[in-house]
Amino acid sequence: MTSSYGPVSDWQNDFDHADPKYNENIHEIWNDLLENKKCPVAHTERYGGTWLPLTHEYVHEVAYDTEHFTSRSVIVSRLKPSQMEIPPPPAPIGTAPPITSDPPFHHEARRLLLPAFAPKKIEPWEEEVRQICNELIDKMGDAEHVDAALQYAQHIPVMVIARMLGLPLEDSDRFRGWVHLVLEAVNEEPEMRRKKFEEFDAYLDYHVQDHIENPRDDLISYLLDAEIMGNKLLPEHVRGTIVLLLIAGIDTTWSGIGSSLWHLATNSVDRRRLVENPALRPTAVEEFLRAYAPVTMARLVKEDYDFHGCPMEAEDWVLLPFPAANRDPNVFEDADKVIIDREENRHAAFGLGIHRCVGSNLARLEMNVAVDVFLERFPDFELNTSEEVKWSVGQVRGPRTLPIRVLARR
Amino acid sequence: MRVDTAKCQGHNRCYALAPELFDVDDYGNAHELNDGVVPTGLEDKARLALANCPEYAISIEE
Repeated sequence: MTSSYGPVSDWQNDFDHADPKYNENIHEIWNDLLENKKCPVAHTERYGGTWLPLTHEYVHEVAYDTEHFTSRSVIVSRLKPSQMEIPPPPAPIGTAPPITSDPPFHHEARRLLLPAFAPKKIEPWEEEVRQICNELIDKMGDAEHVDAALQYAQHIPVMVIARMLGLPLEDSDRFRGWVHLVLEAVNEEPEMRRKKFEEFDAYLDYHVQDHIENPRDDLISYLLDAEIMGNKLLPEHVRGTIVLLLIAGIDTTWSGIGSSLWHLATNSVDRRRLVENPALRPTAVEEFLRAYAPVTMARLVKEDYDFHGCPMEAEDWVLLPFPAANRDPNVFEDADKVIIDREENRHAAFGLGIHRCVGSNLARLEMNVAVDVFLERFPDFELNTSEEVKWSVGQVRGPRTLPIRVLARR
Repeated sequence: MRVDTAKCQGHNRCYALAPELFDVDDYGNAHELNDGVVPTGLEDKARLALANCPEYAISIEE
């Protein structure tokens, strides 16, 4: 897919995070931007005006500033809320609460979800995740060439979140299609996108109705039963939260697992160290989260605002590249090096401030188990350089294909 | 040792790294155990937790 805005030639003044070259060359692009400019904020007229702050300090500042920036829309797209035929519900609720909510409503909508994803609720899923991972490896048989993204990483979070929500596992291809629609197809023709969103909405309406008629022990029934300040959630709140959990629960973790395995496939020293020393794996996963953080969030500027000399206008987009903050040399020693036993690691892969990823405990569990099982079953492997590694497009970064040659298995 | 509950956003790094020193509530927010007194021998774990908190919510007084 190419950007309908055309390829980028000037990353400082005309960048496009959905140009395929951006995710492919992300670290070089950031380094060039930071070296060449006094103000570490890039700008583009694309998407109606978008800013890209690159330092930990600035990303932190925007993430914490709910006075000047709203979360009403967190995925940069060609239409801003005010330009849409049917605008999304305004803040504080937004399209997909609580990620699209602002305070004070945000607090209530988030508090509703937190218990379902608290560490002690997530820990019991470990055996099930392990079983999913092992079954995926079993399915590869004794093939020498496998794809660690297509045959492994992409399936793990889909199966887990579909089970948690109470949606049919056999629809996982459709879920990935909608992930692509929401996160990657951001510069497609708005009319085309709108039609696809209608299909997604109809699918969710069907399953919400089914849960109303047949309640069960899953997150959709939990949301239908939940109350905020004595009131049941509005139907659009329930649907929006399902969209959030489904989309955010799939693409991000799939990308995190994929990038971790990409690193191991291309770094034999680290791979051997982790095969020999399983106790080091959780520390290494934190470093993969830092160095290859998948998620860049976004905000909209509420009113015209001068941000460190950047004349931001109302409804401009501001990208929040937590992955760039994670490579800021002012915060991390040897920020550009992947150090799998890095002890001090205040990385912001799951965001900063009140919108910290609600599923971070689940994502961590899935990444740790996925890396663990892969190394146990394939104690040696390498990148198959005769085939292409294809990176995702847009605000979530990870390998969409990851061709691997298996050198040892058990 | 203290967790500033206004800063804590529930990243759960401290609980994962030093469950002897921290616990989390039903919402995933952390608090210190033992009134914040770090038992002898666990000082390094306390420092490790501090150095891994993305929100700079942990402080230690020695």
